[in-house]
Amino acid sequence: MNTDVANTAPTMEEETWELRLYVAGQTTKSVTALANLRKYCEEYLKGRYQLEVIDLLEHPQLAAGDQILAIPTLVRKVPVPIRKIIGDLSNQERVLVGLDIRAIDAK
Amino acid sequence: MQDHNATSLVSLPQLPKAPTGIDGLDEITEGGIPKGRPTLVCGSAGCGKTLMGVEFLVRGILEYDEPGVLMAFEETAEELTANVTSLGFDLNGLQAAGKLRIDHVHIDRSEIEETGEYDLEGLFIRLGYAIDSIGAKRVVLDTIESLFSGFPNQAVLRSEIRRLFRWLKDKGVTTVITAERGDGSLTRQGLEEYVSDCVILLDNRVIDQITTRRLRIVKYRGSTHGTNEYPYLITQEGISVLPVTSLLLNHEVSDELVSTGVPALDDMFGLKGFYKGSSILVTGTAGTAKTTLAAGFANEVCAKGGRCLFFAFEESPQQLVRNMNSVNIHLTPWLENGQLVIEASRPTLNGLEKHLVTIHKQVSIHKPDAVVIDPISNLITVGNIAEVRSMLTRLIDFLKVNNITALFTSLLSGRNERQEMTEEGVSSLVDTWISVRDLEGIGERNRGISILKARGMAHSNQVREFIVTREGIQLLDVVIGPEGIVTGASRLTQQLHEQAQARAARLELERKDRELARKRLVLEATIANLRTEFESVEEELRQISYEEQFRQRPSNGRNPLADAAEGGQSTTSADQ
Repeated sequence: MNTDVANTAPTMEEETWELRLYVAGQTTKSVTALANLRKYCEEYLKGRYQLEVIDLLEHPQLAAGDQILAIPTLVRKVPVPIRKIIGDLSNQERVLVGLDIRAIDAK
Repeated sequence: MQDHNATSLVSLPQLPKAPTGIDGLDEITEGGIPKGRPTLVCGSAGCGKTLMGVEFLVRGILEYDEPGVLMAFEETAEELTANVTSLGFDLNGLQAAGKLRIDHVHIDRSEIEETGEYDLEGLFIRLGYAIDSIGAKRVVLDTIESLFSGFPNQAVLRSEIRRLFRWLKDKGVTTVITAERGDGSLTRQGLEEYVSDCVILLDNRVIDQITTRRLRIVKYRGSTHGTNEYPYLITQEGISVLPVTSLLLNHEVSDELVSTGVPALDDMFGLKGFYKGSSILVTGTAGTAKTTLAAGFANEVCAKGGRCLFFAFEESPQQLVRNMNSVNIHLTPWLENGQLVIEASRPTLNGLEKHLVTIHKQVSIHKPDAVVIDPISNLITVGNIAEVRSMLTRLIDFLKVNNITALFTSLLSGRNERQEMTEEGVSSLVDTWISVRDLEGIGERNRGISILKARGMAHSNQVREFIVTREGIQLLDVVIGPEGIVTGASRLTQQLHEQAQARAARLELERKDRELARKRLVLEATIANLRTEFESVEEELRQISYEEQFRQRPSNGRNPLADAAEGGQSTTSADQ
């Protein structure tokens, strides 16, 4: 278990995380989601992440590319595999599991 | 005032409808599905729900210039395109022309993690973008139920779907939503609760190993509609619904006439034949030469330069040609020059709908002037009576609308006494009904032909005997005996009897003539005799008178008075 963590941790630190948050306007859910996400990133991925917020009301053509249905949706583009997390990200535990940030969490 | 009311009633706006362009469906729905509202199409697997959706879009684009969006939850755009290519729908071309947009929505439960509140605004945005980018008027969601497998939160999903339908209505797009049939309910997820404007149910049913697809309009708010179950076909041109009872009878009619192929039979019709474009039914028990009559008709059509399509459900083309050669109906030349096409197949080869499709297809390929189906009664083996009837109704209407003369033969079971009911019950649909039957007499069977009905023309009411000879079909003159029409051997007897009678009468007449001649001879002889007698008497008297004058000449000095007296005397004596 410990060795696993040790092995994965360095790769994670090398990689820059690419996160994309799809929102639709400044709805409560979107605002909450963005606030939650910034909090987690600062806490666990400080300096190693790129966050892109896409407002589908302004760029509706981008919705099809990532197969977005639910709003808000957080997409982890890198590292692969692609992960999607829907909802306002208020459940911290599930967000971390979903994004696979448990390694850093364990640290 | 009343007039004003009446006009205002008429001018009340009717529920606007969007024609689907699907063959027959617009007739059942009296103009199409509700414009600007959602319509639910539900059915079990393999019913053609997706196809109906795609056809709705394609026809909308091609025939009504209404661009469409297809949101596919199950198949990718490539798969869909490939699937409908066989129907001649070029989805790629339509997409390139900016008339169609296919958006494949991929949902994978394993990729999605739920972390709090969300809604499906993304779906709305995608759909809204697709609609706005091409100005779509029509939308198909196929199959929105897939969302239920992707999102675990049913409460959110249901409220979002409800919102979606409301939103589509507000956008004013005509929407078709497909859904899988559920147990005991129309759809598995109860979508019918949300779509309340129009619900179309597709059904795929196997009865006696034969599949029939049926369509029913479960509800249509704000409009009348056909309420029956209608069989429908998936043909090479798409879906074709068979709205038997809703077809309007307003086709063009022709005054042209077509010969029956048997001159004597023509004479039984007031106008010497059938109307072109009419439908003719020939019924009869086994072995009453129905096929021969049909082939004779086909031969006649070809001989007049027309084209004929012959569907044989009992014999192979070769067998038919050989058999007809034996009765002086030579079909080979017409087959060779393409005027006659014989399509032979066992009825059980296909389901009824497939038969209908084949006939439609062949008719559209060959463009015949006449179609012969021999016999329709065999179709009973592949469907129940009601289905066969509706198929034939559709067929007859189809041929009539195309002004094609149609001749059907039908086998009657001998048990039926009256023999005036066809098993298929199509007798009311046809214009002309010829019955051929066995007239069973003493030790022999003869064939009789009669016209049961002929719409629009006078026709003979006689039962005529006909024989099939090496020269073809011949109708014999009617012989009426003491007990009605006589046929066969008794007919010969009757004829001999009549001949004998006629001969006797003729002889009698001749005998009388001769007697008269004899009498005349006798009379003339008597007259001559009398004349001779008279002449001899006259001669004698003249002699006497002469002698008398001669004797008195010497006494010439007598007075003239005495002479006159003498003359008077001699006259008197001559009289004696």
